[in-house]
Amino acid sequence: MSHTSFACTSSFDEEAMLQAVGAESFDDLFSQIPADFQTDSFDVASGLSEMEMMQHIRKLARKNSSDLTNFCGAGFYDHFIPAAVNSLTSRGEFFTAYTPYQPEAAQGTLQAAYEYQTAIARLTGMEVSNASLYDGGTALFEGLMMALRITKRNRVLVDTGVSPIYRTMLRSYTRNLKIEYVEVPLSDGAADRAAFAEQLNDQVGAVLLQNPNFFGCLDDLTDLIEQVHAVKAVAVLSTYPIALGLVKTPGEMGADIVTGEGQSLGLPLSFGGPYLGFMATRKKLVRNMPGRIVGATQDDQGRRGFVLTLQAREQHIRREKAASNICTNTQLCALRSIIYLSLLGKQGFADVSRQCMDRAGYAWTRLNAIDGVEPLFDRPFFNEFAIKLPKDAGDVVSDLIEEGIAAGFPAGRYYEGMENVLLCAFTEKRTKMEIDILAAKLEAVL
Amino acid sequence: MKNMKLIYELSSKGRGGVRIPEDRISAEDIIPVELLRSELAELPEVSESEVVRHYTRLSRLNYSVDTHFYPLGSCTMKHNPRACEAAASLPELCETHPLWPQLRHGGLLTQGSLQLLYSLERMLSEITGLAEFTLQPLAGSHGELTAVMMMAAYHRDRGNKKTHIIIPDSAHGTNPASAALGGYEVVTIPSDASGDMDIDLFKAALNDETAGVMLTLPSTLGVFNPRVKEIIDAVHAVDGLMYYDGANFNAIMGRIKPGELGFDLCHLNLHKSFSTPHGGGGPGTGPVGVCEKLRPYLPISRVAKTKDGTCTLDYDFPKSIGYIAPFYGNFSILVRAYAYLLMLGREGLRGTSDRAVLNANYVQEKLRPHFTAVSPGRCLHECVFSGKSLGEGVHTLDLAKALLDRGYHAPTIYFPLNVPEAIMIEPTETETKETLDAFCADMIEIAELSKTDPAALHHAPVTTPVGRLNEVAAAKNMDLTYTGGAK
Repeated sequence: MSHTSFACTSSFDEEAMLQAVGAESFDDLFSQIPADFQTDSFDVASGLSEMEMMQHIRKLARKNSSDLTNFCGAGFYDHFIPAAVNSLTSRGEFFTAYTPYQPEAAQGTLQAAYEYQTAIARLTGMEVSNASLYDGGTALFEGLMMALRITKRNRVLVDTGVSPIYRTMLRSYTRNLKIEYVEVPLSDGAADRAAFAEQLNDQVGAVLLQNPNFFGCLDDLTDLIEQVHAVKAVAVLSTYPIALGLVKTPGEMGADIVTGEGQSLGLPLSFGGPYLGFMATRKKLVRNMPGRIVGATQDDQGRRGFVLTLQAREQHIRREKAASNICTNTQLCALRSIIYLSLLGKQGFADVSRQCMDRAGYAWTRLNAIDGVEPLFDRPFFNEFAIKLPKDAGDVVSDLIEEGIAAGFPAGRYYEGMENVLLCAFTEKRTKMEIDILAAKLEAVL
Repeated sequence: MKNMKLIYELSSKGRGGVRIPEDRISAEDIIPVELLRSELAELPEVSESEVVRHYTRLSRLNYSVDTHFYPLGSCTMKHNPRACEAAASLPELCETHPLWPQLRHGGLLTQGSLQLLYSLERMLSEITGLAEFTLQPLAGSHGELTAVMMMAAYHRDRGNKKTHIIIPDSAHGTNPASAALGGYEVVTIPSDASGDMDIDLFKAALNDETAGVMLTLPSTLGVFNPRVKEIIDAVHAVDGLMYYDGANFNAIMGRIKPGELGFDLCHLNLHKSFSTPHGGGGPGTGPVGVCEKLRPYLPISRVAKTKDGTCTLDYDFPKSIGYIAPFYGNFSILVRAYAYLLMLGREGLRGTSDRAVLNANYVQEKLRPHFTAVSPGRCLHECVFSGKSLGEGVHTLDLAKALLDRGYHAPTIYFPLNVPEAIMIEPTETETKETLDAFCADMIEIAELSKTDPAALHHAPVTTPVGRLNEVAAAKNMDLTYTGGAK
């Protein structure tokens, strides 16, 4: 075989097929393309066998250190994934299918999406969810745009407790649009009520908040969302789904649009993706929601079935007037999350949430007992909190990597004046012994 | 077939799937009660065996490339080699935190992943004839938006006053939607009789305020626009930028470098030409390549290689459009594409497009006597027909449903919009001659049936888990979440 193209035709087949279409050669098939447009010069190596390819990639993979004890979170968390998640999502019937354009031939994908939408709505305390978006950051941007469509206004207030990674994305995206993007600084680890009160008026279309915020602090945002509603603006709340096993839901706080990163629901960290953006809202706002949505209906014999619905919002129909340019969702990631949530179940999911809180609670006491370490904010938290060190947090993290520990994320990377602040995250996977070692090693390098 | 229950309808109080460790290490709960949710989320209460059986059974309701011929035009539903899955699931690649390389000296923790990204970026640049790629865009449409943002940054930097982007009417809907989200007005140009953008109307629309043109090549009709050079030169003459929509790259891979033709930007759908799985609708990934003059505007971070071969992340590009994704793209999808390209190699690039085009032409010529082919001559990777030649009262939709009964996924239908009753067939290179012969025979049988027994087609499909679904009722009733309790 002269090439590895994964094609299925033999040279005998190809000869017969070329003859059938009246072509003399493969080159002849491309005769509609002027010869001087074509090139045969590609500086790419010859094809490898499967075995050689795997050897090559294994060699690369071994250059990674995946065995660090990880306390680095910052919005992306190292949770346990039950084996059945991988086993079920690697079924070819799921992962080699595409968009359910022919619903009769895609009921598996569609029903799973409907089950996913139900789970997201129940977790967030909202009424409806879409079938997923790319990631938590793009989902938040879509939430922002949705809020501006609803209010027909163009000013956005963003709490700086919203992930700085997401805020840099929002700044890129809003730059070319007629959007006034205003950030409202945190006050002592919480959204600044007074500053928001000053800024809120009938020009403001969207207010973007996050709970727990980037520093892990928990807040009841009900009062602030009431302020937002008082000027008829829309409250968009980004959240961390594992926390929703325990903490007050965005729905209970009165949020209009809820977005977030679903990576923690059964997706590996995978060096940044693919992840899972989720979005939920109130039923009355659903026609402004971007992304695919699955609905239940009946077939010609009255049997229940599922279809993509409310498609008049979407780009393939509305083109430049669409609610978003989004074409696909991240169906396979959404599937992972609904399988994960089903495996854990009502009580199990709350238990995972409680385990995370438990580890963080223990670590808070241990780490803040170290001489020279103090809490950055004295506020309730879920599974992550920030501590102030007597020296540069970047140096401390670098020292502890030598000990096999990723001690956390240095907040100074994104927040000016926080060079000594370390953000530490705890999941159900972290043990008491690991936290004790973290505390001991941290103490040793300070 | 009996209705499949929902996972929520299988739920029974007190059941659970996965055991969670019960140890507590801190003395008390740290969250004040007023910050807790009032009741637990109503997630299913089911055993692991029920979950496994439920989702296994759901999977079997799907048509997929693994189980069915899937000639969905414009989607390039080729086989997904399992070696790529094996490569992407190596634990050292899956279990690294994306923020590790941003820690001080952290680049060494993820050196393998960074080197992989760097190599893939170089390969895509070489294959497309462009200067550099960003691997960050999370889907094709996200790549389009990223490219439009770079166009805007370029024009802002040059002090150009640009207001609109020109797009042919045969383009995917994502093109105009992405242009609008990038802050531009959209000028739509109708197609001429051969399906290409009407060159006279295009020239009339082109002016100093044209930011650029988004062109799909070959077009959605599977035909190569012979006047593409003329278009590119005209756009460059007004300092506009040419965007290559890589949706149909499988047709010309290994034969044409869009960068050498004069395109300034290009996105590639790795889930199409580069064989990463479609996942039932994502995750996709849509890297974007740019020519030399647009490099300063690429999103950050960028992966760079130092003299000693170490790879690092660079952020210091003041003209960059900034972050468009949280990290470095859909990494595990990128691993699959890299594995695929390593196996394909130089010869396999053209080997792929040669056979994709042969298969499409073979289907086109077999069906030409029975359907109205849009192209009088050869097609490239896909062939487009009109269903108008079907029997009276029979539509393309009926044909699509009848194909489901015969064990095929349907082609793309009613797209492109400029072909009435469109049927768009893209067989890809990973199908045997026997499969194509059988598919064509069934297509011809349906065409004949449409004239002799049209009613039989109106009732299709009858072999699928459900029959035709009431989409109007779905949109009206808006039953988007299950509101019932457990059984």
